[in-house]
Amino acid sequence: MLNPTIVRLTAHGLLGGRRLLVLGSLSLLIVALAVLLQVFAGVNEADAADFLQGVSFGTLLPLFGLIIGTGVIGSEIDDGSIVYVLAKPVSRAVIVRSKLAVAVVAMVLFAVVPTILAALIMAGNTPGLAMAFGAGAVVAGIVYSVIFLLLAIVTRHAVIFGLVYALGWESLVGSFVPGARELSVQQWALSIIDAVETDGFVTAHVDLGVAIVLSVVVIGLFTWLAGRRLAAMTLSTEE
Amino acid sequence: MTVMTVADVSRWFGNVVAVNDVTMSVGPGITGLLGPNGAGKSTLINMLAGFLPPSAGTVTLDGAPVWKNPQIYRSIGLVPEREAAYDVLTGHQFVVANAELHGLPDAGAAAQRALATVQMEYAQDRKIGGYSKGMRQRIKMASALVHEPSVLLLDEPFNGMDPRQRLHLMELLQAMGAEGRTVLFSSHILEEVERLASQIEVVVAGRHAASGDFREIRRLMTDRPHRYVISSSDDRALAAALIADGSTTSVSLDSTTETLEVDAVEFLPFAELVPRVARDAGIRLYRVSPADESLESVFSYLVAI
Repeated sequence: MLNPTIVRLTAHGLLGGRRLLVLGSLSLLIVALAVLLQVFAGVNEADAADFLQGVSFGTLLPLFGLIIGTGVIGSEIDDGSIVYVLAKPVSRAVIVRSKLAVAVVAMVLFAVVPTILAALIMAGNTPGLAMAFGAGAVVAGIVYSVIFLLLAIVTRHAVIFGLVYALGWESLVGSFVPGARELSVQQWALSIIDAVETDGFVTAHVDLGVAIVLSVVVIGLFTWLAGRRLAAMTLSTEE
Repeated sequence: MTVMTVADVSRWFGNVVAVNDVTMSVGPGITGLLGPNGAGKSTLINMLAGFLPPSAGTVTLDGAPVWKNPQIYRSIGLVPEREAAYDVLTGHQFVVANAELHGLPDAGAAAQRALATVQMEYAQDRKIGGYSKGMRQRIKMASALVHEPSVLLLDEPFNGMDPRQRLHLMELLQAMGAEGRTVLFSSHILEEVERLASQIEVVVAGRHAASGDFREIRRLMTDRPHRYVISSSDDRALAAALIADGSTTSVSLDSTTETLEVDAVEFLPFAELVPRVARDAGIRLYRVSPADESLESVFSYLVAI
């Protein structure tokens, strides 16, 4: 169950300011890059897959997850206005789910859709590729939203920790260090892409079963934890 | 008829004790939580509002614990001290959203009533980001009143208000108290509390220093020796004349600063004595100022009893 008022307030807050501009221009950039590559370099399917893997899954999704996941609650916690939501007889789990729903929709609009568009532009002859990347992006988008939403509730320094995680872990460690790949959202997404597309443009390092189970566990567990932490949220007094 | 009860409550942050073994009960009518800045007023209000668990003791509302119990917000209206309040929304949108979050059947009508109560209808379609401090305070009030709570908690509600807004808020709170609601507000300004509250709880350095009717507190505060610093055209002659009167307990002459330090038993007779004595002796008064009238010293005096 969602609370429509919280959804509305969250969407207002998330997309009301400059964030919309940043997110919008970054997603346009991905599409523009795809167009340029297609027009001037004449990329094939393998190049397209490499590009999407590196740019979209290595950078865009974790970064947008960070901006959006923390954005749906972080600024309210920072400026204290979260008190108007918390001082209401509304279940904390409902608050978390409502905010998560907004984050996921924003992820789809700003990260998943541009990824699919870029895939179609560069590899239009192989629509299966776009579908596969879309599916992977949806999963990564949801998991990142949950992770960063929880992070924003747990710590005031969510953006710093989130950056270290998104760029350090997901972009570097998760891409290159074999053992760490099992715990990389990016690798889970690639595993799903690998399973959906059959032409072998993407090689997964994590077993599909493991990827699905871990994704589901993180989504469920972290959402639950976020509700618990929100219920025990204290408001600082002396500042 | 709602009663908030604070029983043997302490709250510490690391090594710092913010609230130290406080027990009080707040019932219908207006209660003022008085204390200097940093005394633990906000910590107490946050605990009463369910946004901070006590380190020890219990905080209850009509017997129900407030910590981790969102249902209590059906009967609590909270006006926080911080100003932030969804700046991108208009005042009307903000109050309607608050009404919806309370699950009120007719959120629009409830919001309109609350906006009328705080006289903010004229600015309800402007964005909160453009509001003045007093307007923000009133829109916060409206959001706290929208579900007609039986308890109203206000943290330093008069901060940053001009005298007219202050007066209006006082009338509003008086009306709420007269309706039998339980109103608790914090302030570090004695006059505000004295004008408004029938019941006063004084908190100093985390401790519950005094509790009771404002006259009682006032008496505690006025029945102590008052110290004044006076300078005049003839300090020595004035000193002699002052000590002759029963309301003066001691006079000392400070030759370096050329001032008189005078201890008086009571404020009123002394205030009348000084100008009379000076006039009769033909002495010109340059300065008469209370040496220890700061609120801090009034409070520390209370703690010492």
